[in-house]
Amino acid sequence: MSKILDAKIPGGPLADKWDKHMIDNKLVAPGGNRRKFRIIVVGTGLAGGGAAATLGELGYNVLNFCIQDTPRRAHSVAAQGGINAAKNYQNDGDSVYRLFYDTIKGGDYRSREANVYRLAQLSTHIIDQSVAMGVPFAREYGGTLANRSFGGVQVSRTFYARGQTGQQLLLGVYSALSRQIDAGTVKMFPRHEMLDLVIVDGKARGIIARELITGEIKRYEADAVVLATGGYSPVFYLSTNAVNSNATAAWRAHKRGAFFSNPCYTQIHPTAVPQMGDYQSKLTLMSESLRNDGRVWVPKKAGDTRRPNEIPENERDYYLERRYPAFGNLVPRDIASRAAKVECDQGKHAYYSDFSVYLDFSEAIGRLGKDVVGDRYGNLFDMYREITGDSPYETPMMIYPAPHYTMGGLWVDYNLQSTIEGLFVAGEANFSDHGANRLGASALMQGLADGYFVVPRVVASYLAGADLKAVTTETEEFKAVENDVRSHYDRLLNIKGSRTVRDIHWDLGRIMWDKVGMARNKDGLNEAIGKIKELQKAFWQDLALTGSADDLNKQLEQANRLGDYLELGELMARDALMREESCGGHFREEHQSETGEAKRDDENFMFVSAWEHQGEGQEPVMHKEDLSYENIEVKTRSYK
Amino acid sequence: MTIHLKIWRQARGAKDGKFHDYTVENVAAEMSFLEMLDILNEQLVKKGEEAIEFDNDCREGICGTCGMVVDGVAHGTHAGCTTCEIRMRSYKDGDTITVEPFRASAFPIIKDLVVDRSAFDRIQAKGGYVSTNVGSAPDGNAQLIPKSDADNAMDAATCIGCGACVAACPNGSASLFVSAKISQFSWLPQGDAERTRRALRMVEQMDSEGFGDCSNHGECEAVCPKEISIQNIARMRREFVKAAFKG
Ligand SMILES: Cc1cc2nc3c(=O)[nH]c(=O)nc-3n(C[C@H](O)[C@H](O)[C@H](O)COP(=O)(O)OP(=O)(O)OC[C@H]3O[C@@H](n4cnc5c(N)ncnc54)[C@H](O)[C@@H]3O)c2cc1C
Ligand code: SF4
Repeated sequence: MSKILDAKIPGGPLADKWDKHMIDNKLVAPGGNRRKFRIIVVGTGLAGGGAAATLGELGYNVLNFCIQDTPRRAHSVAAQGGINAAKNYQNDGDSVYRLFYDTIKGGDYRSREANVYRLAQLSTHIIDQSVAMGVPFAREYGGTLANRSFGGVQVSRTFYARGQTGQQLLLGVYSALSRQIDAGTVKMFPRHEMLDLVIVDGKARGIIARELITGEIKRYEADAVVLATGGYSPVFYLSTNAVNSNATAAWRAHKRGAFFSNPCYTQIHPTAVPQMGDYQSKLTLMSESLRNDGRVWVPKKAGDTRRPNEIPENERDYYLERRYPAFGNLVPRDIASRAAKVECDQGKHAYYSDFSVYLDFSEAIGRLGKDVVGDRYGNLFDMYREITGDSPYETPMMIYPAPHYTMGGLWVDYNLQSTIEGLFVAGEANFSDHGANRLGASALMQGLADGYFVVPRVVASYLAGADLKAVTTETEEFKAVENDVRSHYDRLLNIKGSRTVRDIHWDLGRIMWDKVGMARNKDGLNEAIGKIKELQKAFWQDLALTGSADDLNKQLEQANRLGDYLELGELMARDALMREESCGGHFREEHQSETGEAKRDDENFMFVSAWEHQGEGQEPVMHKEDLSYENIEVKTRSYK
Repeated sequence: MTIHLKIWRQARGAKDGKFHDYTVENVAAEMSFLEMLDILNEQLVKKGEEAIEFDNDCREGICGTCGMVVDGVAHGTHAGCTTCEIRMRSYKDGDTITVEPFRASAFPIIKDLVVDRSAFDRIQAKGGYVSTNVGSAPDGNAQLIPKSDADNAMDAATCIGCGACVAACPNGSASLFVSAKISQFSWLPQGDAERTRRALRMVEQMDSEGFGDCSNHGECEAVCPKEISIQNIARMRREFVKAAFKG
């Protein structure tokens, strides 16, 4: 039985929804009342750290968890290019509405209008807040904030701090968190991994976590739980994500009743360093901002093995500029990624491998000089040279698409509440704002909007209205969930097989990349589901693990996460199979236009899928949230 | 190529450890140093031996998680680069590499190459921030900041908190790390009101964590993967002296 989900979007005109909602919401009075409420926040990235710091600042009693040894290392630290905001400082016609419009269009009309509008509205406050906290954004000589542009838009609205924007924004969050830790409102639990969610009377009331150094399994109770645990790109094994990024918290919550939405919407980023060998542990991103000055091309002739500098101008195909004259090299990521695949599939690629194209700066260096180009992208060029041994100042970079960001995630309503009462989901871990494709520089924006501004409001409103009975960690439900967690570990350590975690993960990654990657089709997806099931069996029968559960044991941590990727990978393939259309990052080969562009089916698929777990070995059930666009004209997405 | 390794192994909670010898075959030039260790760990697990623990995460040189002493140098002998950024092309077939954890009394060893750097968080909590509540900020352009000041603040803010500076310093001082944070704010108008309190409290906490004093060896600057300048330490001293004077 599929049910239709209610997103609880407030009434009234789009531009007033959030303000009105805040006025309508219940509040918790400051002082003792707020202190009495305890909130668990899992994650210390922009979303989690921002939420924990802000809730602490408001006076709530906050427990904040992360896997890393310190909150300052959450994966958000790795974001390079920048963060969007509708400030219109450049006077190039930007506005809240335009940012809203670009984001909805960028997401191929598969995101929720009201959420995206709120995001665009809050974007301006994020910049103000970060500046006030001492985030050293790039500035012009006159002292004003500098901007650049990113893929999929025609205005300059991206704020940046060299190529380290995520690092600087996260350090801002970490500093706010540090202030609250000093004040005693936030208690920090680094090197703690959430392994399961505890539900009492249908409400999220706590978590079970493992202290990663000692292996100790611990119970924590609270009045509400916020998950801000990031995305699941490492399902592909090779991705641009940090090695410790994982899906476990979200997946375990899913198995306890939180619906998982749009799992097949994964973003393949067009500009990563191509894969080099089968020992590789991750792919390195080269920021999208490079496409502001870099021109993408391949040799016109298939199988051309000459070095790039030997290929004359007239034998190069600047295929993005040719196919998309209006946006050129700045088309959105899904389009640029797929276009690279199309060229490489025809045998037109960089000399280095069948899966690489050129990103060339020679024209920009000629026009602007080496110094200016170095000032803009120097650290990325250095990073590239470190990896490949080549200098982009002298020869074009080689790039290829790589799994990067996941638009899918746990289903949430407008209040970021999941289908489990009292369980809120923020940042990349939820599904709501980016639809089928995320434009550049908008994940940082969503992380901070959720963390600094949305979560604190919606959680307060929940707590003010919730009827919560007293629970302790001795409550039966806590014991039962802890037992589940313990037996899961026993099971893993008792397999005593012969295949390493990496070995099995690598195989999963290949299946996902080949069949559930940049392009999918029905046969391939069915094949993937079958193969993943086999791999799940191999995992539970033949996994090799050493060490014990009561010690620091990275292999065990990774094995625990891999078990979840194997299940999530299967759901991603199912979701992709169900979605008989192409949109954004989801490209079904059966559904394309004559010129190879994605062909949506708005009539039948203008909805969010939301999968409900049915128990081990059972097929999940899909529910729908219908999307309606009242403030925007739904069009065929064109960047020509 | 074939690489020989001498790696420090220490059980959790043990007072001491020792070097073990390992060999990794078929190391490719493009491999990163940590990928080479991954391959070694694969071999160990297949043989039923416990994998070597080392902290790592982004593997792009930005998160500051990884860090080990490679051939006597924190983050290895390749300047301006974290351990995860080292590529095996900087080694030759048959080389022997020594790998040990960051050693400093304020960074206790947890297991193998993993150390506890939480002292940095406690220092940060004493004032490495601007006390401004969310939602009350003025427009971002309300206060103009000259590009050169913003650039200087950014230079200091680039610190990744890896702790190499501490491991490299003969005194085990955390001065480069602490000074980078204090300097960042000293270049900005934001947080000026707390300048005195920040300098006093952060320096006090640094001392009480058991880090040594700085006696201008400059080793920290030499190993810093982000090439943070030792000039920051001079700035920190000025900030501290001014603060102490004010009271
Ligand atoms: C290389 C790269 C570059 C990028 N560049 C940009 C950019 O320029 N602009 C942009 O807008 N976006 C960019 N992105 C995307 C953006 O960085 C992320 O989407 C965003 O930072 C996610 O933030 P988050 O707070 O949701 O999660 P994260 O920052 O991933 O934080 C997740 C947190 O959850 C914790 N956690 C996870 N699971 C558990 C568990 N089970 N128990 C306890 N803790 C747990 C982690 O420890 C961590 O603290 C980039 C991404 C990558 C990979
Ligand atoms: S100063 Fe350099 S070495 Fe020291 S913590 Fe910062 S980045 Fe690491």
